[in-house]
Amino acid sequence: MSPRDLAIADLTMREAARAASGKRVDLLLVAEMVAPGSRVLDVGCGDGELLELLATTRGCDARGIELSREGVNAAVARGLAVIQGDADIDLADYPDDSFDYVILSQTIQATRRPKWVLEQMLRVGRSAIVSFPNFGFWRMRLDLLVNGRMPRTDNLPYGWHDTPNIHFCTVRDFVELADEVGARIEHAAALDGAGQKVRFNLPWGVWNLLGEQAVFMLTRKG
Amino acid sequence: MADGTASFVDIAAPELARGEADRPHSAVARFGAEAPLLLDAGGVLSPFQIAYQTYGNLNAARSNAILLCHALSGDQHAANVHPVTGKPGWWETLVGPGKPIDTDRFFVICSNVLGGCMGSTGPSSLDPSSRAPYGLDLPVLTIRDMVRAQAMLIDHLGIETLLAVVGGSMGGMQVLQWAASYPERVFAAFPMASGARHSAQNIAFHEVGRQAIMADPEWRGGRYLTEGANPRRGLAVARMAAHITYMSDSSLHRKFGRRLQDREGRTFSFDADFQVESYLRHQGEAFVDRFDANSYLYVTRAMDYFDLAADYGGVLANAFKGTKTRFCLVSFTTDWLFPTAESRTVVHALNAAGASVSFAEIDSDKGHDAFLLEEPELFAITRGFLDAAARAVGVA
Repeated sequence: MSPRDLAIADLTMREAARAASGKRVDLLLVAEMVAPGSRVLDVGCGDGELLELLATTRGCDARGIELSREGVNAAVARGLAVIQGDADIDLADYPDDSFDYVILSQTIQATRRPKWVLEQMLRVGRSAIVSFPNFGFWRMRLDLLVNGRMPRTDNLPYGWHDTPNIHFCTVRDFVELADEVGARIEHAAALDGAGQKVRFNLPWGVWNLLGEQAVFMLTRKG
Repeated sequence: MADGTASFVDIAAPELARGEADRPHSAVARFGAEAPLLLDAGGVLSPFQIAYQTYGNLNAARSNAILLCHALSGDQHAANVHPVTGKPGWWETLVGPGKPIDTDRFFVICSNVLGGCMGSTGPSSLDPSSRAPYGLDLPVLTIRDMVRAQAMLIDHLGIETLLAVVGGSMGGMQVLQWAASYPERVFAAFPMASGARHSAQNIAFHEVGRQAIMADPEWRGGRYLTEGANPRRGLAVARMAAHITYMSDSSLHRKFGRRLQDREGRTFSFDADFQVESYLRHQGEAFVDRFDANSYLYVTRAMDYFDLAADYGGVLANAFKGTKTRFCLVSFTTDWLFPTAESRTVVHALNAAGASVSFAEIDSDKGHDAFLLEEPELFAITRGFLDAAARAVGVA
């Protein structure tokens, strides 16, 4: 699969980011991948920022699952349909093909069973969209190499002992996992440290190095 | 009707006016022979009446009506001073001008359930065939019967679609029944601290209460009203047992601990030495002053029989097939009468049916009764959910 195939329709991210005034760039990138008017489940939806974006700008029938009470309260108060629950358990309760897209935004690294979660997402949704912090990002590598300590960044500010993020991976690791669960990579995108899209005609190894965050859209093979 | 003040209604049998059961301090809708109520037990109830209160004003589009469903021991006096006890309404914390259920925006309706004793037809109402109180001659009622009667009241008020149906505990059962029976008439459904069936443990507690009433010699086989008696002790014991289930161990402990009541030491007797004992005795006594023993039998029985899935081939999701209603459920961490798992069962069924559903478990140490108390998280969710529903249907 060539990187060109992996690229999603070109985005003018700077414009989009400006228009959204303060919206997280990775959320905009996810929202771009979702077809208007579709049924979407956002797993680990937090206070519902992405759900609201999908409902208001894409006209989606958007639902969420969120572990934290604060997140659920905030999302319901925004008028969103959000269930308090645990992705590691609750995805099993959803029927096959009940959504067009199941989204896991910046959450896979905090799940106990990332592989199981990914399998469930592909069962429940016709497509799965996963965004995650790339541990293969050059600054992470450099931090560990130079300082000899677990890296901390603005996006990942936790110490190694109190972080909710227990299953970090790199772009390369994720591509491998996708293959293992029988998923086809439909689209992929990476954002560099400045929130800019990494050029799509670069090879995987470069993505893995330059991408601080990665977004993948997967479907079931066959 | 619109300003929330009670209106008095003349009745045909003043000789048997026994307070609220016949002559409620609220509006009453009467349904004569032309509108019989079909009962799950078979047969019909006719004539019958439903007593109700309203707060706020119905808008021109008739799109801002919210129906409140009360719990076992509640009644239609949700947000006004109770005519018997003189205390604030049971949901005055949540319902009122500017409150989460905002009577400045919404037309709020609350009716006394069928089988109740505050003016809706129940076992203490007059049986038109004998001119005496029904007693146990009233057919056994179900939650669905109560909801059918409420639907007739809503028709009577000229309302096609309810913006929301909201209620806790038994009220939550009614909310679910409304959503299942009349999906096109319920835009939003909000059951709190409830479930789609009454559990074996809950039935067991109710049976203790009923047996306490029936063991009271003053009960007289249910004919106490015609024989000039009142099974006060039995009803008080029933209330005491039930009241324990409404609280949590931690809330009882916080309130009373093992503290003694008005004394320095133990009396080595069966007096109410402990504060928790005199509290329960007081709860029992206060309840007897406003509630009818036979109504307690009928309403608890209705809850026991409630099993929504059973009405739909044992598959709860089928009760909500194709529903457009948007749901929000809440449970409370220390509720052991309707624990979170009961709400989750409903949430799973709604998900399987593809319904729009929100759910939150609210952290509270107040047990089942938390839905009646000052709970900021509950208030925030209620306000958010209802505001969003109002926005969606264009209620200003």
